[in-house]
Amino acid sequence: MPQTTPHLIRSNRKAPNYKLRFIILTALAAACFLLSISAGRYGITPYEVIRTLFSGIIPFDQMTYVDWSAVFNVRLPRICAAFLVGAALATAGAAYQGMFQNPLVSPDILGASAGAGFGAALAIFTHQPPVLVTVFAFTGAIIAVFAAYTVSRLAKGNATLSLVLGGVLVGGLFAAGTSYIKLVADTANQLPEITYWLMGGLAGIQTSDVIFALIGIAIGIIPLIILRWQLNVLTLGDDEARSLGVNTRRLRLITIICATLITAVAVSVSGIIGWIGLVIPHFCRMIFGYDYRRLIPAAIIFGGAFLILVDDVARTAASTEIPIGILTAFIGAPIFAWLLISGGKRS
Amino acid sequence: MKHYPENPETPFKSRTAETSAAVSSEARSSDVLSLSDVTYRYGKRQADVLKGVSFAAKPGDFIAVLGPNGVGKSTMFKCLLGFFKTYGGDIRLGGKDIRTLSHKEIAKQIAYIPQSTYPTFNYEVLDVVLMGMTAQLSALSSPKKEHTRRAEEALKSLGIGHLAHAGFGEISGGERQLVLIARALVQDAKILIMDEPTANLDYGNQFRVMCRVEALAHEGYVVVLSTHNPEHAFLYADRVLILNGGEVTADGAPDAVLDEDMMRQVYGIDVSIKEFSDEEGTHRVCVPKRGGGF
Repeated sequence: MPQTTPHLIRSNRKAPNYKLRFIILTALAAACFLLSISAGRYGITPYEVIRTLFSGIIPFDQMTYVDWSAVFNVRLPRICAAFLVGAALATAGAAYQGMFQNPLVSPDILGASAGAGFGAALAIFTHQPPVLVTVFAFTGAIIAVFAAYTVSRLAKGNATLSLVLGGVLVGGLFAAGTSYIKLVADTANQLPEITYWLMGGLAGIQTSDVIFALIGIAIGIIPLIILRWQLNVLTLGDDEARSLGVNTRRLRLITIICATLITAVAVSVSGIIGWIGLVIPHFCRMIFGYDYRRLIPAAIIFGGAFLILVDDVARTAASTEIPIGILTAFIGAPIFAWLLISGGKRS
Repeated sequence: MKHYPENPETPFKSRTAETSAAVSSEARSSDVLSLSDVTYRYGKRQADVLKGVSFAAKPGDFIAVLGPNGVGKSTMFKCLLGFFKTYGGDIRLGGKDIRTLSHKEIAKQIAYIPQSTYPTFNYEVLDVVLMGMTAQLSALSSPKKEHTRRAEEALKSLGIGHLAHAGFGEISGGERQLVLIARALVQDAKILIMDEPTANLDYGNQFRVMCRVEALAHEGYVVVLSTHNPEHAFLYADRVLILNGGEVTADGAPDAVLDEDMMRQVYGIDVSIKEFSDEEGTHRVCVPKRGGGF
């Protein structure tokens, strides 16, 4: 019996040093976090940032009230929110891509963002309290993803294509609904609120928003972290995954609920921010490979750090704040085009 | 047990559906997998795809399932893998009704080796093999070092240890098939179900893959594979199951079952089946006749 396949022998490729890559990524994200506190119209040096942050623990010189206020009331909540939202969208994107076996799906393409946007607009229009805005956004997102998936299952033909088209269809429907609400909304108060909300932005984030986002996103993201090995198996498709002993129906249900929950929480805190869920998982795969054991943690750190950086640009680049959703599109679309053209690792 | 010979070398004639159906009713304790009178239809108004399939397998069996396209080979596999639960009749795995078992319990006993297709995500080969151990893990945990070591050993045992960190999408079709076999090995299931494992493989790779599979049957695995190549059945299988029109129309040793009449009946073409000898023994070959059957 032939022991080797002579014409096919390839060099013994070594496993990349993923640990080192994780350390570098985490260090960069931490640096990004600290430097972002000092970035902004009100100048604080990085040294002052560290001094202020640790002033409770280590007795540094008395800081000024303005320093304290800038760090703790304005910038820190905003940076934390940026991290949470970025991490949530990137992780949701990675989870959707795995469960739909399709590297081109993302929360926005599946219509989740449009659904959440419609839900939020409806809530603002009907004068709901902020908590219900989130609930409406979540419900809208769930309905949209479910509808897109159902349409793709009923459609005949290529599954990948019909899923993307199903998302476009449902997204278009919800976007039309949102437009209608904007048309009939009260132009003095509701319309600006809805419009600003839909553009996406992190200005005016309160500590309470951060706590809400932290809890909501943690509830959705922790199961995904725990189940990340099973997610690997799910990417093989239903038959293979079941033959390997995975309860695919239950796993799909958990994944879709968790990914949609974190999308909805993120969208309800920041408004619609596109592209993160599509682009960041691709970058993470290029650096950390396809294994969800690494992909999920990488998406959390990378996505969070990326949105912190984009938000820095949003609040410092121009004299008026640029809505972050516009920026991620400006940055994300060219990057994605480059990814598609250069190929990278085929996925 | 009448439907296959105790000694595969003994030619044995058993052609009719009645014989195999009658036999399966007497379940034997050594049978690890048995189907009796299994029927299946895809929709209420559709015709039965399987019309009473019965057979049983014991450790060491290497069963080649032959039949034209669309006779229900894949459907039968999906029933006995527990994917379809709405079949009629009875499928028993280690004596237990397969409908009562969870996917995880089935996975501990049956490994499925699909046709090698290009993967959606380009996992490392080692990760693909590790996925075979999912049924041994709790739903909440990931493979540990010890699992990785076993996966590496399985790859080495198939002569592809050097591919551990290559991308599953970057290796050849034959190598991918071997990787899927390695995945089935670490799954620790004693029954291997293979749906046309050599489809899409080049001539050399077909042979390499089948040699590995034959070695596994000698180790005591039950191998049930579908193939369109009668020579694979002659060379490697010790039992041939002919599935035609949703029924088992023959079940027995390859030399006994596969003759010119049977080939005409199943595939609708005329073939010559001839014997020849070389230093490895006597072989049968099957060559289609140009003139006949079209």
